[in-house]
Amino acid sequence: MTVTTTSPSLPPGRKHRKTEKILLDIGRFLVVLVTTYLGLLAVTFFIGRVIPIDPVLAVLGDRAPASAIARVREEMGLDLPLWQQFFLYVRQILSGDFGTSVLTTNPVLTDIARVFPATLELATFGTVIGTLLGIPLGVLAAVKRGTLIDQLVRLVGLVGYSVPIFWLALLSLLLFYAKLGWVAFPGRIDIVYEYTFTPITQIFLLDALLQRQWDVAWDVFRHIVLPGSLLGYFSMAYISRMTRSFMLNELAQEYVVAARAKGLSESRIIWSHALRNAAVPLVTVIALSYAGLLEGSVLTETVFSWPGLGLYITNSLQSADMNAVLGSTLAIGSAFIALNLLSDLLYRTLDPRTRTR
Amino acid sequence: MTTGLDTPVLSRREWLLSDRPASRLQAQLGRAYMVWLRFSANRLALAGLGIILMLIVVALFADVLAPHNPVQGDLRNARLLPPGTGSYLLGTDDQGRDILSRLIHGSRLTLAVVVLVAIIAAPLGLLVGTVSGYAGGWVDAVLMRITDIFLAFPKLVLALAFVAALGPGIENAILAIALTSWPPYARMARAETLGVRHSDYIAAVRLMGASPFRIVLRHVMPMCLSSLIVRVTLDMAGIILTAAGLGFLGLGAQPPLPEWGAMIASGRRFILDQWWVATMPGIAILIVSLGFNLLGDGLRDALDPREAGQ
Repeated sequence: MTVTTTSPSLPPGRKHRKTEKILLDIGRFLVVLVTTYLGLLAVTFFIGRVIPIDPVLAVLGDRAPASAIARVREEMGLDLPLWQQFFLYVRQILSGDFGTSVLTTNPVLTDIARVFPATLELATFGTVIGTLLGIPLGVLAAVKRGTLIDQLVRLVGLVGYSVPIFWLALLSLLLFYAKLGWVAFPGRIDIVYEYTFTPITQIFLLDALLQRQWDVAWDVFRHIVLPGSLLGYFSMAYISRMTRSFMLNELAQEYVVAARAKGLSESRIIWSHALRNAAVPLVTVIALSYAGLLEGSVLTETVFSWPGLGLYITNSLQSADMNAVLGSTLAIGSAFIALNLLSDLLYRTLDPRTRTR
Repeated sequence: MTTGLDTPVLSRREWLLSDRPASRLQAQLGRAYMVWLRFSANRLALAGLGIILMLIVVALFADVLAPHNPVQGDLRNARLLPPGTGSYLLGTDDQGRDILSRLIHGSRLTLAVVVLVAIIAAPLGLLVGTVSGYAGGWVDAVLMRITDIFLAFPKLVLALAFVAALGPGIENAILAIALTSWPPYARMARAETLGVRHSDYIAAVRLMGASPFRIVLRHVMPMCLSSLIVRVTLDMAGIILTAAGLGFLGLGAQPPLPEWGAMIASGRRFILDQWWVATMPGIAILIVSLGFNLLGDGLRDALDPREAGQ
């Protein structure tokens, strides 16, 4: 064991206790991960297999031949007790079998792998904008508390919380695309480039820049800027509000008074002392807002015909393609769980106070 | 009227603010008055309250207020008229229906969604949270794990999947939203319960022989109510937006019901030339959500002065 190779600063017993604690933490983390994921699977199982009167019809549609229905019924194990069905379902999902999409006739997992990068690109773009604008605005509002600036930031945030995203998307499309012609629409890239441009990572903006195809990059930017900024606005509303709250909390602490007494400049106190402490919970907020954008893209993508997971879900919904709907739900749910756990882990590693507990 | 020296006539305000209330009723009214004083000092919160009261009035008297039939339009003469044409204040849609009348009747649907979701989700969350917090041990561990699992789900996407399986319709949309919105209430109620669980008054009630059921119902749940009300009010905007989103995707209220989200969806085709068809319902959603957000912020500041200004 590692106990024998003690470092000079720690007595053997304490080091042992420390490894034990880390193992315990890892164990707890795994329990959380596994139960959360099983919960997600239980819900999709419930939606896909228990709610429909005949799940086979839900999967195949009502025009399938009787032989196919009998085969699928057996494959899905519908004559087994519910818990055995669930067990089969979990095994099937874990082996990467999400079923076949009725709409595209591809395996659902293949479809998801194809459309997911588009959603990822959009959500990342939005989160970057939201973070770059939201944090300074939140800090500004906290520092100038009660002034006109504070009220303005609050108003912008409140509207962000209250406006239907698809409606704002429609109106901005009307203004910036139809009336002003500043942005491109629909989709991710102009049809001209669709055949000449070969993306590597599927994140188009990155690919075009890496390949130094400036005209393609500009076209991609003109496509992403509007939906990305809209998502960025919603992310900004959330991040600025939380930043303001965290900063107000930090600025009321005694170390700020001490720093002022030492004669530090106000900007140094705000940006490098208070903000650094506020940054720890902010990481969690940013991760959560990222997860929110992955989900929020469902409505945005529908309006902008953005070929991502959101458009895939809504198209599948129109044709009652349950395999595709549930597969996408699982995909977004997994991303959600991953981001939640990641933010939790980051919080623990960044904030030394949580470690000693 | 006896105006003896020992019983001076108090003004209503003094009676309410008395620090020695003579009855339980007086104490409760006094506390409510204090909350109202704090709440009404906030102009934005009052504006929010005004908006919500307006929504309720409009929903109640929709039949009287609406100038036209919300479902049946004048297909021959009144298709896609711009706002301000004749008696059509906000214009008409592609089926010649008055948009204002549809908005007025749609307020009933919005109110129904909000109220029903609150009625289903808030007691569920309250029950799970208080039981979990009071019982502790493995009950707590299991219930909170379930809550966390639900908390880790994407709300809109899960609601989408639910409605896809149950079939589109406003009842299923309400059910789906309610099923995804109780976990935050459970967490909050649990935190409040943990706060009062070991307090003296709970110990006193227990010594008097009250059952755990009675303690949770009569002595723990009331302590959670004020933060629950604030939280539910703040969530209303999100609920309205989710319902509108489902309506926009064609999964919520079905035509010809004048649901605001579905109205935006139907105006989408004419957005370039007849912008008002899609714009007006969006403004209605924005105003009502804003109202709930302002009201929620105001209530939070009034009910919990500790957090005021944060």
